Amino acid sequence: MGRVVGRVVATHKNEKLEGAKLLLVQPLELDGRDHGTAVLAVDGVGAGVGDRVLLVQDGKAAQQILGRGPAAVDAAVVGVVDSLEVGE
Amino acid sequence: MFLARVLGNVVATRKDPGLRGVPLLVIQPLRPDRTPVGRPLVATDSVGAGAGQDVFYVRGREAAFPFLPSEVPTDAAIVGIVDHVSGP
Repeated sequence: MGRVVGRVVATHKNEKLEGAKLLLVQPLELDGRDHGTAVLAVDGVGAGVGDRVLLVQDGKAAQQILGRGPAAVDAAVVGVVDSLEVGE
Repeated sequence: MFLARVLGNVVATRKDPGLRGVPLLVIQPLRPDRTPVGRPLVATDSVGAGAGQDVFYVRGREAAFPFLPSEVPTDAAIVGIVDHVSGP
């Protein structure tokens, strides 16, 4: 899980990334604290800045979202979290 | 992918043939606020980045993909130059 903290604009990038929306996502602990380094991820669901999202950090999954065969991506946003309930 | 700033370049005459002609840059990973985080690393460059520029890079197996069909032995590759990050 993570929070979208920005949208990255890059004119000059790998051709397989042309037209892809890139989000800067801060991974989160369950209690909402930051966990580790922010990640640039391909957006597969139309997420926006401030959204809590489902983040996959896997090349195969990210390439599936991008749908362009082997591409230099290793992370993707695959869902927007509406709510989260965690037991004790 | 991850945000980073290019610190400089690496010259290596003796190297694996797969790395011939591939620029090697030293990059410093960044937080979303562009402050440094973690240790600098050497990354292959697929977009023609230069010192002082903010870039994003891909780690792991996917780092070799921008160079296909050449098989480049790399685990970190720069795949875009950041124009700007829009955030909150």
